Amino acid sequence: MADKVLMKGNEAIAEAAIIAGCRHYFGYPITPQTEVAAYMAKKMPKIGGVFLQAESEIAAINMVYGVSSAGKRVMTSSSSPGISLKGEGLSYLAGSDLPALVVNVQRGGPGLGGIQPSQSDYFQATRGGGHGDYRMIVLAPASVQEMAELTVKGFELADTYRMTSMILADGTMGQMMEPVSLDIEVKPAPEKPWATTGTKMEREHNIVNSLSLVPEELEQLNFARYERYKVIEENETMFEEYMVDDADIVIAAFGIAARVSKNAVNEARAMGIKAGLIRPITLWPFPNAPFKKAAEHAKQFISVELSMGQMIEDVKLATECKVPVTLCNRAGGMIPSPEQVLEAIKEAAKGGNR
Amino acid sequence: MNYKRLTLLCGHYGSGKTNIAVNMALDLRKSFDNVTVADLDIVNPYFRTKDSSDEFEKAGIRLIVSEFANTNLDLPSMPQDMYALTDDRTMKAVIDVGGDDRGALALGRLAPKIIEENDYEMLMVINKFRPLTPDAESTIEVMREIEAAGGIRFTGLINNSNLGDETTAENVLKSVEYANAVSSLSHLPVVLTTVQKELYNVLNGKIENLFPMTLQKKPIN
Repeated sequence: MADKVLMKGNEAIAEAAIIAGCRHYFGYPITPQTEVAAYMAKKMPKIGGVFLQAESEIAAINMVYGVSSAGKRVMTSSSSPGISLKGEGLSYLAGSDLPALVVNVQRGGPGLGGIQPSQSDYFQATRGGGHGDYRMIVLAPASVQEMAELTVKGFELADTYRMTSMILADGTMGQMMEPVSLDIEVKPAPEKPWATTGTKMEREHNIVNSLSLVPEELEQLNFARYERYKVIEENETMFEEYMVDDADIVIAAFGIAARVSKNAVNEARAMGIKAGLIRPITLWPFPNAPFKKAAEHAKQFISVELSMGQMIEDVKLATECKVPVTLCNRAGGMIPSPEQVLEAIKEAAKGGNR
Repeated sequence: MNYKRLTLLCGHYGSGKTNIAVNMALDLRKSFDNVTVADLDIVNPYFRTKDSSDEFEKAGIRLIVSEFANTNLDLPSMPQDMYALTDDRTMKAVIDVGGDDRGALALGRLAPKIIEENDYEMLMVINKFRPLTPDAESTIEVMREIEAAGGIRFTGLINNSNLGDETTAENVLKSVEYANAVSSLSHLPVVLTTVQKELYNVLNGKIENLFPMTLQKKPIN
């Protein structure tokens, strides 16, 4: 399918999941993510897949656990409040070393909040969401094309490292329509000798479980998991740099905020201000290296976020607080305008706002 | 275009109904004083006719829309003044119906009166480049679902085939064959082919009943 089609971000996620070989979807409708479920409901029955609207988000994530245990590619999707409900299941998936794709098309919070776009689940996605020592691979698309590509990538990473990949999008990414090429290469899924597929009396039982009776063994499991996380940090970090090389002012932004910021960077450059942008594509593992490098020449970093300032903490850690990092944000479902970001850049260029 | 008193726009969600509704209303306003746009969408949370409310106000076009559109209240509610569409026969109206059969459910409430008056066009907006309606068969399937939900039959088609920002004249020309296939399978005429105004001059004369459109402003580039 070389020709492009016009898709909503949510549809692109659903179609890309099918392309990646996912035939099991469990979810529960919630705005602004519902089109993922609606698309799956239309398409899965036609291709011999399973679409199931669960009785709750908690049920859906546990159905994901079941299918993943059997070695199949499986996903669920929701928006902020629904992801909170899935929190327990996310921890159980991590504790059982099960691959899964979980999509969060974020909306304004906390609580029921609203239905407009937001990025305020950054902490939840990169710091846990469920209990215990664990990580998820967190992917932040900034176009409908990336919604599709990172969905495929998410399945591959999940299988490779036996853990959850999360697509952390926002309502705008989910709802906006753009041309997409669905000509996406899919690597074959790796063998899953650990899957509970029936012994056929030919091998030992496989057990998928997150309960450990012996604390010493549980400690070893945690150590081993974090060794794997280290490999991911070394090999799987993704980011985009835009005019960073000579930049005095460096914007940090992901997803929709990065698109807004890119416009502002262009306008700033036109005014003679050396601005640049680092766009993390993986939020975990966070791309520390480009920030550390940029901190050697930048006078100030500005974290542009649709939240009260969450990624800014990772920017400060990555730059080791060598230069000031300030926040330019909107919250509660509002999006910063390019003008607002440009003002912040101009202020920073004057040396103020620190 | 020769407008009937009511122009109903239905289609797969994302087919472009809202953009067409906005442009048709502005076009109607050139010839008529009493013009209304009604947004009966109970499905779509973002990007609605309400985004153009300032433009309507300036042009003197009445907007009938749920008071909760573009708020955080995620409620499939209908505007209370929607009955004016069938009660006040002095107005010309463009009705932006929600996507798919789910969106068309809202139409069921008005359908009997619309059919009784019999001064309407019920138009299916089609886009070859939407993934679930790439050919005539799949498009007809969606049409039948919408008719069943809305309780009213289609009278014509609008070919709005586009790839967003990347739409070329060639794309539109290629879509004519698709639109004709939908037309012959459904026995309905292609009433309009809509194109963004930048492509109008290139395509004018090459496609019948071409309608130029100014697209609603996108929130993000």
